[in-house]
Amino acid sequence: MKQTDVAIVGGGPAGLCAAIAASRLGAKVVLIDDNDSLGGQLVKQTHKFFGSKRHYCGTRGMDIAAIFEQELRTLSAEILPGTSVVGLYPSVTRKPAKPTPRPAQGDLFAAEPPPSISQGMLALASRERFTKLGFKCLIVATGAAENNLLFENNDLPGVYGAGAVQTLMNVHGVKPGTRVLMVGSGNIGLIVSYQLIQASIEVAAVVEALPRIGGYHVHAAKLARLGVPILTSHTVLSAVGKEEVEGAVICRVGEDFKPLAGTARKLQVDTICLAVGLTPLSELLWQSGCRMVYVPELGGHVAWHNQAMQTSLCHIYLAGDVSGIEEASTAMLEGRVAGAHAAAQVIGSSPETEQVIAESQAELCAIRQGPFGDKAACGKAKLAECALLPA
Amino acid sequence: MTNAESRGSRISRHPILTFEDKGPVKFFFEGRPLQGRRGETVAAALAANGIRLFRHAEKTERARGFFCAVGKCASCLMIVDGQPNTMVCMEPLHEGANVERQRGRGKLP
Ligand SMILES: Cc1cc2nc3c(=O)[nH]c(=O)nc-3n(C[C@H](O)[C@H](O)[C@H](O)COP(=O)(O)OP(=O)(O)OC[C@H]3O[C@@H](n4cnc5c(N)ncnc54)[C@H](O)[C@@H]3O)c2cc1C
Ligand code: FES
Repeated sequence: MKQTDVAIVGGGPAGLCAAIAASRLGAKVVLIDDNDSLGGQLVKQTHKFFGSKRHYCGTRGMDIAAIFEQELRTLSAEILPGTSVVGLYPSVTRKPAKPTPRPAQGDLFAAEPPPSISQGMLALASRERFTKLGFKCLIVATGAAENNLLFENNDLPGVYGAGAVQTLMNVHGVKPGTRVLMVGSGNIGLIVSYQLIQASIEVAAVVEALPRIGGYHVHAAKLARLGVPILTSHTVLSAVGKEEVEGAVICRVGEDFKPLAGTARKLQVDTICLAVGLTPLSELLWQSGCRMVYVPELGGHVAWHNQAMQTSLCHIYLAGDVSGIEEASTAMLEGRVAGAHAAAQVIGSSPETEQVIAESQAELCAIRQGPFGDKAACGKAKLAECALLPA
Repeated sequence: MTNAESRGSRISRHPILTFEDKGPVKFFFEGRPLQGRRGETVAAALAANGIRLFRHAEKTERARGFFCAVGKCASCLMIVDGQPNTMVCMEPLHEGANVERQRGRGKLP
C-alpha cells in the first residue's frame, strides 16, 4: 500500500492551500480530487473576487485556481486528479483527541508524539481501478453540495443548481437554457444571474423569499440596470412541464414565508436556477467516526473542530466549506492552518510553522469580524461551546 | 427554431471568456449521431445538443436530468457504452461513445 505523511481530499482553494502549506513545511503530501483539473468551485468563477487584496481581490476565481496549481507543481506534492475518495478507515489504535475549546498556540501537540506509522487509510477509485493510500494525517477539504428547494416538480430536467449552470456556461461554453428564473438573491444568485446575461441568456427574474436582497448591493445594482426584476418576498411555487421545465409559477409570500392567495403567476422560462445555499459534504467525516455536530450557521452537520482545524480524531483535519459554508478566502486560510498543523504533527513544529499558523489565524479573525463574517463567526463560536459539553 | 434547438446552442460571444474549440467528437445518443467537442463531458455535449432528459427514475419513473454537474448528486446517471449508472457530468466524452437514457437501475453488461 502506498503511504504518505499528509493526505488531502479535495483540490479546491482549501485543499490546494493545505497542500502548499504542508509541502512547504516539509511534509510528504498527496492531494486527491475527483475532477480532472484542480480548483474546485473556483474554476468557473469568472468574476473578480471581493475581499482584501491579500486574498486575491480583483483576481478572477478561475485565475486563482491556476496560480495555486502552478505553485503546487513546483513543490514535491503528488497530485491524483480524476480520483474519488470512496472510503475512509481511520486508525483504530489512536484515541480521539480531547476537544480543547481554545487551544493555546503551540502547545496543542505538546502531548502528542509525532506519529511514525500510518494512522489510517483511504480507499481511492480512479476510472481504471481501486487503490489504497495510507496516511499519518488526513485533511478533508471536500467542499459543499448545492441545496435543492421544496416545490412542485423540483426534480424536472431544467431545474439546476447555480454551480451547475456556472459549470456548463463558464467551463464548457454551453448555454444551459434560453430564459432562466433565478431563485435566491444571495451573492451566488446575483453573480450567476449576471454571468447568464454575459452569456447572452435571458434572466426573467430573481425571486427572493426574504423581504430584502441577500447579496452585495453592487451585484444587485448591476442586474437592476440591465432591467432584471429582483422580486423580494417572492418564491417559486412549482415548475411547469411534464418531462422538462417549460415554465415556473411564482407568487408573493407573507412575513411567515407562506404563499399569499391570488398572487400566483406564470413565467415563461425553460430553466430554473437554484441559488439557495450549500451543505457541507461531510460523508467521509461521518464515516471516520469523528464527532459531528449540527450548526445551522455553518450550513448543517459539520465535524466538530478546534482552531487548529483538528477534528475529535487527532490525526484528521478539515478545511473550507466542509467545515462550514463561507467563502473562498476563508477556505484558503483554513487550508493553510490545517496544512501547517498536520505538517507539525508528522514532522514536528518549527518557527516557520508557527508563523504560518499565527498569520492565517489573524487573517481569519479579521475577515470574520467584517460585516459578512458574522454568521460563520457565530457558528464557530458554537463549536467552541460544544467542546465544553460531553460528546 | 424550436425551443430545444435554440437552447442547445453554444456561447458564441462572451465579454471575458473564450471557448477554444478543440475539435469535434462524434458520438451517438439513443442511436442518433451527434457532435460534441473534445475535452467536454458527456453531460455538456448532450446539453449543447439541447438534450436534458437523461433518465427515468427507478420507482417514480419521473424524468431526470443533471442538477449539480460536479459529481455530487447522482441525478445524471446514464448508460454509456452499455455501462449503466455512468455519472455523465464527470464522464469525458470520447469518439464514438454510445450514450443512452437509463430506465430504473439499469442492467450490468
Ligand atoms: C456558484 C458559486 C459561486 C461562488 N462565488 C464565490 C465568490 O464570488 N467569492 C467567494 O469568495 N466564494 C464564492 N463561492 C464560494 C467558494 O467557491 C467556496 O467557498 C470555496 O470554493 C470553498 O472551497 P473548498 O476548497 O472548501 O471547496 P471546493 O471549492 O468545493 O472544492 C472541493 C473539491 O473537493 C472535491 N471532492 C469532494 N469530495 C471528494 C471525494 N470524495 N474525492 C475526491 N475529491 C472530492 C470536489 O470535487 C472539489 O473539487 C461560490 C460558490 C458557488 C457554489
Ligand atoms: S449532476 Fe450531480 S452527479 Fe452528475
